[in-house]
Amino acid sequence: MAGGDDRGVRQGRFAPFGLLSPGVIWLILFFMVPVFLLVQVSLSTKPSRFANPKFDWNFSNYADALSDFQPQFIRSFVFAGIATILAILIGYPLAYWIATQGGRHKNLLIGLVVVPFFTSYLIRTIAWTSILSDNGVVVDAMRVLPWVGDDGRILATPWAVIGGLTYNFISFMILPIYVSLEKIDFRLTEAAADLGSTSWHAFRKVVLPLSMPGVFAGSLLVFIPAAGDYINNRYLGSAKTSMIGTVVQNQFLVQSDFPQAAALSVVLMVIITALVLVYSKFLGTEGLAV
Amino acid sequence: MTMSEGAAPPILVETPGLDGNPSMGPMKVRKRWGRRVLTTCAVLIYLWLFAPLFNIIVFTFNKPAGRRNLSWNEFTLDNWAQPFKDSDLTNAFLRSLLVAVIAVSIALVFGSLMAIALARYRFTGSKFTEVFLVLPLTTPEIVLGASLYQLFVSNGVVMGISTVVIAHIMFCVSFVALTVKARVRGFDWTLEDASMDLGCSPWRTFRKVTFPLILPGILAAALLSFALSLDDYIITDFTKGEYVTFPIQVNNQFRISFPPQVNVLATIILVVSVLLLVVTSMREERSSVAGR
Repeated sequence: MAGGDDRGVRQGRFAPFGLLSPGVIWLILFFMVPVFLLVQVSLSTKPSRFANPKFDWNFSNYADALSDFQPQFIRSFVFAGIATILAILIGYPLAYWIATQGGRHKNLLIGLVVVPFFTSYLIRTIAWTSILSDNGVVVDAMRVLPWVGDDGRILATPWAVIGGLTYNFISFMILPIYVSLEKIDFRLTEAAADLGSTSWHAFRKVVLPLSMPGVFAGSLLVFIPAAGDYINNRYLGSAKTSMIGTVVQNQFLVQSDFPQAAALSVVLMVIITALVLVYSKFLGTEGLAV
Repeated sequence: MTMSEGAAPPILVETPGLDGNPSMGPMKVRKRWGRRVLTTCAVLIYLWLFAPLFNIIVFTFNKPAGRRNLSWNEFTLDNWAQPFKDSDLTNAFLRSLLVAVIAVSIALVFGSLMAIALARYRFTGSKFTEVFLVLPLTTPEIVLGASLYQLFVSNGVVMGISTVVIAHIMFCVSFVALTVKARVRGFDWTLEDASMDLGCSPWRTFRKVTFPLILPGILAAALLSFALSLDDYIITDFTKGEYVTFPIQVNNQFRISFPPQVNVLATIILVVSVLLLVVTSMREERSSVAGR
């Protein structure tokens, strides 16, 4: 990882720390310190709406937050989980197609994957509300299906939110999978075929295991923003599909109930940081920086 | 990076004439079908990826019936004639650009220095620094936003442009550092020694040798972090105070109005960033060909 074959990499004593310090100091001040503060507030009591929270090891915030907002919590992880699986099912074939059939146009094809993400995330989501609206073409087409009925709709359902999450974060899945597939020497599958293996078998035994690091990195990169999101729910969902992000945003910016909102954020952060640390323990940090 | 260079082993040369294996025929047919199915899937996925973009672009030519440009009414070119008609929206757009310019410039300096440190030196704690750099990117935005909000509120800081810029620098720094680092891996840093041996000062060496080497990485990082900053909603929502950026303005007025100018501005951002992307990647391709 430190690039053992790089020429001229040298042992540093003071220089690297000098170079690192502005960025590191910034991250300590505006990332580490705030996160510690958030943990502290999650263990504090807020006597009244406009008073400052007082730190007193108040663990009941966690119990209260988890019991009050259990449905949102479960929904966030279920929605983010389904979105991650869908992103694998959609992203893997596309990445595989580009890596194997892309030929000279590989860079262009992978570039096209990123293009939609240069329009605003919010405006893309609003575009989906227009595409999926109750008097739009998609819903009209869906209503033809016998089991849907004339009042069938997509907006304000869990599937609209899951679809939005999958769409908005799918490039984080496609890129790492593509990177891991690109590294594979596809002559290996030819070798497997020569040795009598079917192409499916060769894929399963050779390509799939070699591309797993990309799938893991992609899963993490999709799951993390999806679990904390509240925009997709705001535009594509309803009060019945609210997620942790919705609650945290509302508790912080509308209700000013900091301790409970902080407790919710800390739980979310701890679960996700644990996933990230397990990942980087086995696969390093390289794959996460696409 | 290409691993399939050099001559292929002779075993892999196709010899269809010598092949007496009867199972070869149907397998090849199946393989071809598999390929067709995969290609069809890929085309459908591309259509899905681009559906909202078509929607956004098509609706720049719509004359909405009400105040919200969400269902098709009538073709018009008025929106392109007056892209800055909605002054609240235009001002918010300018504010977003301002934030992005300031935040990205500072993040580029901090992040590139970190990347140089990590790529060029071996030192105790480099591994730890790398994990530390990844953490802001793998922490949900809502947690970053909420914790910064907490920091500012409990210190009595009045939130506005400065807090938005602080927050944007924070999430861009890691991004820049990791992107630049990924691009400078495998460089021959002894070129710096060569330059110094030939009598260049350290500053001149940096300007003439190091900086040109890392420039493509910096440009890529600049482009992407500019897009990240321009687009950010969640962290900005928590740190904005009264400072309304473009995404925030679009959200705030959505219940009442969603003018076609939103689509026009979004389309402009899209076209400009795609052009920049194409230009930088073409330059890079040319320089990598030249370097060979």
